[in-house]
Amino acid sequence: MRENEAALDHRVRSDESFMQGVKDCLPTVLGYLSIGFAAGVVEKTSGMSLAEIVLMSLLLYAGSAQFIAAGMMVAGNPATAIIFTVFFVNLRHLLMSAAIAPYFRHLPFWKNVSIGALLTDETFGVAATRLSRKSKGSYQWMSGLNLTGYINWLIANVAGGIFGQWITAPEKFGLDFALPAMFIGLFMLQLIERSKYGVDLLVAISAVVMAVAGTVYVSESAGVLIAIIIAASIGVWVEKWK
Amino acid sequence: MLLGASLVTLIPRVLPLLVLSRIRLPEWALRWLQHIPIAVMSALLAQELLVSNGSFSPSSAGLIAALPVFAVAYFTRSLLATVAAGMVAMAVLRHVSWFAA
Repeated sequence: MRENEAALDHRVRSDESFMQGVKDCLPTVLGYLSIGFAAGVVEKTSGMSLAEIVLMSLLLYAGSAQFIAAGMMVAGNPATAIIFTVFFVNLRHLLMSAAIAPYFRHLPFWKNVSIGALLTDETFGVAATRLSRKSKGSYQWMSGLNLTGYINWLIANVAGGIFGQWITAPEKFGLDFALPAMFIGLFMLQLIERSKYGVDLLVAISAVVMAVAGTVYVSESAGVLIAIIIAASIGVWVEKWK
Repeated sequence: MLLGASLVTLIPRVLPLLVLSRIRLPEWALRWLQHIPIAVMSALLAQELLVSNGSFSPSSAGLIAALPVFAVAYFTRSLLATVAAGMVAMAVLRHVSWFAA
């Protein structure tokens, strides 16, 4: 009996450990590597130095935002437009952070800061799946998950920056399609996860139409903003009528 | 630019974790926020595939390559497999069109 309890206690604790978090991050490692590598290549080809790539992956730490920032820099966009766009591209983190917040209420201020600062689509996906079976999240486990993703991301970006010099035509390897493919993947995962196909497809179509119209008639960054606000509002409105 | 972009990335990541234990958003705001991910991805994808240099010009290669990518995402539910499929599809498409030309 006592042995059983000890074994159970041990299992619960190892289940919540830092190393378990590292292990649970492994399925996402190749995803980080491929997208991070592509981001490194794009950053390098947009004229950034290796030191700038390191800084960008450590400070910004956001796949699509790094692609977009690099792309907008090459296109000669002003810093305000880039910051504005990055803000809205990453605004989805607000939802993810909000969604996991109830599981970490027991933690002090700075621990919540460190969990949030390293939150990504991938670590959120892993964490949300795991936390749904629990009432409290483990800080150690979450840190193992987050730090593994963070270190991988840095390595991938630097590797992309280094090897990007020798890859003269990244489009030959389809690297330029990594970003749209990632958007398709994230879209489909959310669509499947939510299983609200009717409303979600309507929101998606509205967003596509408004993004194109907004981009053509106003600007690229405004197009995304207009599309998000109007499409999400249409979603709420349609749900009200159902 | 980088510091500004990093700051506006950090704030949405951290703020909800810090304040949500104190403030509760009204129901309508939560429902509105729930539509944001789908809307963001759709809008960004539309700009990638349908817009070029600020005007409406669908990329035929992009649209063709997107079809198998949607299918792979649906059947594998794996982000990695989806991104890999996208790169392979685009690489194959370009090589095929070189042979044709």
